[in-house]
Amino acid sequence: MRSMPFGGSYVPETPSQTAGPYVHIGLIPKQAGFDIFENNFGGDIAGPRVPGERITIKGRVFDGAGLATRDVLVETWQANAAGRYNHSADRQQGALDKSFRGWARTGTDFATGVYTIRTIKPGAVIGRKGRKRMAPHINFWIASRGINIGLATRMYFADEEAANAADPVLNIIEQPERRKTLIAPRSERDGNVTYTFDIYLQGERETVFFDA
Amino acid sequence: MDPIPYRRETPGTQPPALWPDYRSTVLRSPRKPLIALPHSLSEVTGPIFGHDRLQPNDADLTSQHKERPIGDRMIVAGRVIDENERPVAGTLVEIWQANSAGRYFHPRDSRDAPLDSNFTGGGRTITDEEGRYRFITVKPGYYPWGNHPNAWRPAHIHFSVFGPSFVTRLICQMYFEDDPMLRYDPIYMSVPSDAGRKQLLAKFDYELTVPGFGLGYRFDIVLRGRNATPPEADHAH
Repeated sequence: MRSMPFGGSYVPETPSQTAGPYVHIGLIPKQAGFDIFENNFGGDIAGPRVPGERITIKGRVFDGAGLATRDVLVETWQANAAGRYNHSADRQQGALDKSFRGWARTGTDFATGVYTIRTIKPGAVIGRKGRKRMAPHINFWIASRGINIGLATRMYFADEEAANAADPVLNIIEQPERRKTLIAPRSERDGNVTYTFDIYLQGERETVFFDA
Repeated sequence: MDPIPYRRETPGTQPPALWPDYRSTVLRSPRKPLIALPHSLSEVTGPIFGHDRLQPNDADLTSQHKERPIGDRMIVAGRVIDENERPVAGTLVEIWQANSAGRYFHPRDSRDAPLDSNFTGGGRTITDEEGRYRFITVKPGYYPWGNHPNAWRPAHIHFSVFGPSFVTRLICQMYFEDDPMLRYDPIYMSVPSDAGRKQLLAKFDYELTVPGFGLGYRFDIVLRGRNATPPEADHAH
């Protein structure tokens, strides 16, 4: 029990521990090579009736030696195309689509190191103070061997230049160069839209991670 | 109204990102300071899971295959609460572990120890109204790893928990009290305080023990809680 700054006491959060190299067994069993659950959580989260632009997010997670990791768990959390989260704390009016949970889970591939998420592009989400909207973004959380505490970051969309420039969170980051680590370039091929979001755990291009 | 923020990490309670005794952290720990993020809707919301996707056997790791697995059958149960000691109801709890011989059912574990075709070692459940969960499994074995000469992991079960928001997400490991390997394990020892390390220990529990079936172990998990009033000011970051 710790004493609280405002009186009373609390029990601190249980300490985090690494997810280790075998995280797939519990969280992405298909990648571990077996299929015991009837329903698996996955990285393909927008059903055919979910409104919004279909996008694919692909990327790799690089370690400090510049190597693409092949054992990292990647989870994402996002609003729907109208900028609303499927959660009771989001009290915005309008378009809540219960069929879109907004959460994806996958892993970097054992052979290529590439992770893939298929979803829809989120809308701008209401920001703090209830006025200014945040630029469309997807919240990322990664965990693996060698990561003692899961790392939180955000992916922004390169084609949202004006919204990104005004985004209250990107603007917290002092060096403009570092903001670029969160902005995923867009490419189109045969009508399929792909955003590439590579994450760098260390080094000159180290991704901005948040104390969220 | 801004959402009520969650309490920040209590200093001295969580392992550092860089902990060279655990070698894999050397190339995987960010070196630049994390950037403090005032909590917006993106942080205080998070995925909600219903019972619809789960089957009863998901929480019983001893009945997912044709026969019973080999090993000491046990019950692992406890509560998920927040820092304010309120139950975290309806949250997804997932576990994974080695079999009783200390081997993971995983393509990257090629250790010379037997696999058990009746044990894959993954399970999941959702907490009830009081935050309670319960798994049936077998006690995981010790296994050696390459971190340093004569390195052995203590017996452990990995836990993954969500809580009500994106910032309450937690992955930890459950260990057994009185395990002689604990003090030699750099992962367990990465937790900086005695009190914190104790939070990772399951305790034998006679009440949870089922006669003629298996021993019970109790493991409670604490997730981040909301701040008390007054609400955090902008300049606090």
